[in-house]
Amino acid sequence: MSTPLSGPGPLQQTPGRGPAGTGSPRSSRTARNHAPITAAGLAAKVILLGLVAGIAIWAAFPLVEAGMWVGLAVLVASTAALFYLYLGRRHVPAKYLVPGTLFLIAFQIVPVLYTASTAFTNFGDGHRGSKDDAVVAIQSSSVKQVPGSAQYPLSVATKGDPATGPLVFLITDPKTEKVSVGDAEGLRPLDPGAATVAPGGKVTAADGYTVLNFGQASARSKDITDLVVPTAGGALRSSGLSRAYEGKAVRAYDPGCDCVRDSDSGKTWTADEEVGAFVAADGDRLAQGWKVNVGLSNFTRVLTDERISGPFLSTLIWNFAFAIGSTGGTFILGMLIALALHSPRVRGTNIYRVLLILPYAMPSFAMLLVWRDMFNTDFGLINNMFGLDVDWFGQAWSARAAVILVQLWLGYPYMFLVATGALQAIPRELTEATSVDGASPWQSFKAVTLPLLLVALSPLLISSFAFNFNNFNAIYLTTEGAPFPADNPSNGATDLLITYTYRLAFGGQAAQFGFAAAISLFIFAIVAVVSAVSFRRTRQQEEVYS
Amino acid sequence: MTTLTGGTRTGGASGPATVGHHAGRRKNRWFAQVGWRHLVGLLGVLFSLFPLVFVISAALNPLGTLSSTALVPTGGVSFGNFSELFARTGFAHWFLNSLLIAGGASFASVFLSALAAYAFSRMRFRGRRVGLLSLLLIQMFPQFLAIVAIFLIFGTITDLWPAIGFNTPWGLLLLYMGGALGVNTWLMKGFFDTLPRELDESATMDGASHAQVFFKIMLPLVAPILAVTGLLAFINTINEFLMASVFLTDTDAKTLAVGMRTMLQGAERNTNFGIFAAGTLLTAIPTVLVFQFLQRFIVSGLTSGAVKG
Repeated sequence: MSTPLSGPGPLQQTPGRGPAGTGSPRSSRTARNHAPITAAGLAAKVILLGLVAGIAIWAAFPLVEAGMWVGLAVLVASTAALFYLYLGRRHVPAKYLVPGTLFLIAFQIVPVLYTASTAFTNFGDGHRGSKDDAVVAIQSSSVKQVPGSAQYPLSVATKGDPATGPLVFLITDPKTEKVSVGDAEGLRPLDPGAATVAPGGKVTAADGYTVLNFGQASARSKDITDLVVPTAGGALRSSGLSRAYEGKAVRAYDPGCDCVRDSDSGKTWTADEEVGAFVAADGDRLAQGWKVNVGLSNFTRVLTDERISGPFLSTLIWNFAFAIGSTGGTFILGMLIALALHSPRVRGTNIYRVLLILPYAMPSFAMLLVWRDMFNTDFGLINNMFGLDVDWFGQAWSARAAVILVQLWLGYPYMFLVATGALQAIPRELTEATSVDGASPWQSFKAVTLPLLLVALSPLLISSFAFNFNNFNAIYLTTEGAPFPADNPSNGATDLLITYTYRLAFGGQAAQFGFAAAISLFIFAIVAVVSAVSFRRTRQQEEVYS
Repeated sequence: MTTLTGGTRTGGASGPATVGHHAGRRKNRWFAQVGWRHLVGLLGVLFSLFPLVFVISAALNPLGTLSSTALVPTGGVSFGNFSELFARTGFAHWFLNSLLIAGGASFASVFLSALAAYAFSRMRFRGRRVGLLSLLLIQMFPQFLAIVAIFLIFGTITDLWPAIGFNTPWGLLLLYMGGALGVNTWLMKGFFDTLPRELDESATMDGASHAQVFFKIMLPLVAPILAVTGLLAFINTINEFLMASVFLTDTDAKTLAVGMRTMLQGAERNTNFGIFAAGTLLTAIPTVLVFQFLQRFIVSGLTSGAVKG
């Protein structure tokens, strides 16, 4: 405690300067440099930095094993930077900003940049790996059993859960009695002592693997049929659950013409580096392609491909309508009730408040599903209660109305809450003054209360709009985008851009990661423009520059 | 406001009126000034409550199907849905997963943004304005829009470090912390700014380090905004579906949002409605408790944060 002597000096200087003045941090830094090192602070520092070092070492091993030297370099550099930052006495603001920023960079900024780079590729199902992967896949999937194909006794096994784990083939060579294990990567010999082989050559147990019994195997018969193990002369496939054959690949890649040739039909597919696929002269395209850069074509597809641009535009318009409708509707309803209950003569406002905000405290994902079932055509509450027979999610407009109604229910308690708070902050003298001047309640509301409310709540309204613009749960858990037009199963009447994107990337049909990423970037751009314009119009900007 | 004008206006007019008229008028006046407010309030409460009554009725319905559920339980009351919920589904797992993930993520994200808000509010450094502006910008880009990239990145992470990969709560926790800074920092900075600077400056003069000022002086004073942002983060994380559904596919690893949706899928949609409703009520319990406890903070915290940006 040596500082009190020097303390009063700088303290007397500060009042003259503004609170944001540059003088105070400098003077406090000198004081800080004299601050004693406490035992608790030192212990916390040692423990936390030790933890950082431990995590870094734990994370380093797999990187070394996989030979990812760039990743290792990033890890070493960031760990060293953390040690430098927290062991030194300088860069105090950075000490507070770095922890959050690290996560921000790793899990938000990097994914956004990665999204941007994915949007320029054809990445997706059928275009996942390199060209070599595609060639291997084409060759092994064309394997056919020909007369004289070698036959092997087969056991199916897995290293994980029998119902979901990745499958392997355990086969025994009838001549040499050697046991091998095979998966999509290829065939590897298994240590002779590690496997128990029954008479006849079938493997009954193997170290580290769970051999599937008949019931488990037949439950996964499709996975077993699909598993192709590449070998030197062709590939291994199962025939039934207990036999495997080594067949010959009908289609083979010819580096000379950079094409795939089918030895049965003689047809050839030539590699097209523009689209990342093998294409025949008649336009036929092989299913397995590879990942290539496609430039702007994902973006132009949204705007020019008629099958996409039409639905895309209507989705965009509905998306705005949904966001405006949800935000505006909840605001108006919440504000009306808040205004009604905002009077000293209304008793029991606390009870009203507790009951009114109950929807906000309920888990919204579950209530969305409940609402979905309340709109059920056959036995939903809405139809039962009002004696209706409406197929709510079967028609575009009723589905849209239903979705907005659900949003209204979920959202107005929040608006009621904040409007109540904001109303209490408006001095009663203001409205009293207008009524003394002879204004009607409506006039005083319009001239005084509403503008003041809007000033207070506009940042919330903007963020609520931005939230609803991408309100994935609201649509996905209720209508899932339905109803869909008969000719287009990928873009429904209540689909928002975000649910549309999700279906493109993770839906039942073939994943189109590249295209989905391009749509994400469109949404980014729209949200950014809308928010930037509206923030500029509110007084947020003043705060930013303070 | 209405008290004053209403009183003078009717007072002037009611002079020559008879006693009978008086009573009627008084009733009308009561309705014009107070009654309609109660009416609006009651209608609002009805709108708020009827889906909740429906859920309670479904949870207590012994048949437990959607088709047999009405607004008022008719077929008797039983708690069979609750026991069946635990017996037939992974609800207990999901509940614990959700509490762990939502509790951990909200605590960590509130702490991270409190650190950042302290720096932005109390320190002046190069890049402060740029930092604040870019936080505002990043806040506009919801993290889940990059879900495709996150999915691909975590595919690699799962290969390298399975402990924080797919189907683990830790990976999802890390992911949620990526969005921690943007959401709450502005709200908190607004609140920090309202505290008088003299407090922490005098502590600094007395020899407190910046860490002591933060932990011992600032944090206790900003408790209301910590409570509000923590609760909001908790509710948001419990309800988060998109990233969790991509991330968690094993039955036991799921959160409530992902797991409970599978109860109402396909052919079981009708038959499982009762146990689903029971699960909904159980899910609401922690939130409602915390919510009631923090109610006064929420009104003042939200509005003060909103007004001050």
